[in-house]
Amino acid sequence: MRLLLKMTWLELKLFLREPLTVLFALVLPLLILFVMGGVFGNTADASLYRGVGAMDYYLPAYIALVAASVGLISLPTHMAGNRELGVLKRYRASSMPAWVVVGSQVAVTFLISLVSALILVLVAMPAYEVTGPDSIPMVIAGFVVVALAFSALGVLLGAVLPSSRSAQALGVMLWFVMLMVGGAGPPPEVLAGTMATVGDLTPLMHAVRTMQDGWLGLDPGWSWLVVCGVTLVSGAAAVVFFRWE
Amino acid sequence: MAAPPVEVSHLVKQYGGFTAVRDISFSVEEGEIFGILGPNGSGKTTTVESLQGLRKIDGGQVRVLGLDPTTQSGEIRRRIGSQLQESALPDRVKVWEALDLFGALSPDGPSVDDLLDDWGLADKGQARFGSLSGGQQQRLFVALSLVNDPTLVFLDEMTTGLDPASRRVAWDLIRQIRERGATVVLVTHFMEEAEALCDRVMVVNHGVVAAEGSPSGLIDRFGGGVRVRFSLDGQDVGWLSSVPHVKAWDRERDKYEVHGDGPVLVHVASSLLEHGLAPTDLRQERATLEDVFLTLTSERGDT
Repeated sequence: MRLLLKMTWLELKLFLREPLTVLFALVLPLLILFVMGGVFGNTADASLYRGVGAMDYYLPAYIALVAASVGLISLPTHMAGNRELGVLKRYRASSMPAWVVVGSQVAVTFLISLVSALILVLVAMPAYEVTGPDSIPMVIAGFVVVALAFSALGVLLGAVLPSSRSAQALGVMLWFVMLMVGGAGPPPEVLAGTMATVGDLTPLMHAVRTMQDGWLGLDPGWSWLVVCGVTLVSGAAAVVFFRWE
Repeated sequence: MAAPPVEVSHLVKQYGGFTAVRDISFSVEEGEIFGILGPNGSGKTTTVESLQGLRKIDGGQVRVLGLDPTTQSGEIRRRIGSQLQESALPDRVKVWEALDLFGALSPDGPSVDDLLDDWGLADKGQARFGSLSGGQQQRLFVALSLVNDPTLVFLDEMTTGLDPASRRVAWDLIRQIRERGATVVLVTHFMEEAEALCDRVMVVNHGVVAAEGSPSGLIDRFGGGVRVRFSLDGQDVGWLSSVPHVKAWDRERDKYEVHGDGPVLVHVASSLLEHGLAPTDLRQERATLEDVFLTLTSERGDT
């Protein structure tokens, strides 16, 4: 446990020493939120945004989006890079347990997502008069399962992808596609046919709904179950496919 | 008498259809610096990585500190020190942070400050790994490999890529490791390094052991003998032929050249003195380990 804390603290410091990654994780979601807020405002329209105002819709959605960006891009890029450089080989030769190596990545992803989500909330709530969370415990629970799901997906990507470049390319692609069709870009109601189907298949869509269900006090559907399923399946696959070198 | 730290018999390791190690047997005695030499791709790294349980072996018997790397690799890795080829640290990690992290793996090991002092990194504690010179990175890797106070240390090509001055510094580090009481297994392709450091070496070629012994023993066996040269003014030295270890001798005007083996130099020197002769330029020319290496790896090579 002491090892995990030490490794997590070190990884957190390493993360903060990469200014561009920090900018990407903490500032980009905020920028997208500003753009959306500027375009759509926060007036409710029954036919769009699950019947709530655009910003009421986007704020919980973007909490899911930041977890996705850190989990799908930062984590696998860093982990694959560590394998590529031989850092993981170095760890293994010194008998560093795999659960410490992977656990620290999950912990760092969780913490960064949390900070990024808090910044979003603190900026967006006053700026757009966003309705406060309906149930704080549900929002917290939703955030935990969402952040864990994207960490697990990220660990899986980091476990199988050979280099930081390939991890970054694939991570950005996945993230962008999900952003567009997974409920964090255009309102899902305007997506037609195939796009809506693809959107429903993305983990982000379900993560977005999970966050919104808790925040907006909507009837929780089965989205949170999908999110938990993603965590379990990716986690199990990552255990199978994890390679030190 | 305890078992030797490393015992390997008939090690085999294949990668897909390629046999990297065909048949390698050796043992390393406690307290020695044992060199593994060989051309690129001869199986040196595969051998030491197999010993550390980093590679699954396909045949043979391996014991490291009395443990089996196929089933007890975790225990082995906790007790050995290891410096690997193609391993690194993140560029942005600071020297003290790396030592602190790896040190946490073995709480009874030396403190971060002691390691920094011991390996000449005291003023580099706050420096980032990426900003260190090649020699400093190697010193850090040596320090990292010693955080658990190991009795057996594997060093894989630690001086490759270093300039000659840093290489000499690295040699001192290796001697220091041994002086602390650890046994060292050193993989290198610098013959000069092996000759300077190793008590015994093993030359590996195409996955088999081409020769094993002390550097000077190998030179005696495979170096094609020793040449002793000196100059004398018109003396009758017919007695040279009967000096022990002399095989032949030759003379060109005042320059003499004696062919022999082993300790031929001292025998020639002592006989010269007995005959009241004291040439000032008596010297021997001996093959180096590099000559031996080239002979061994080309002869038994692509045949």
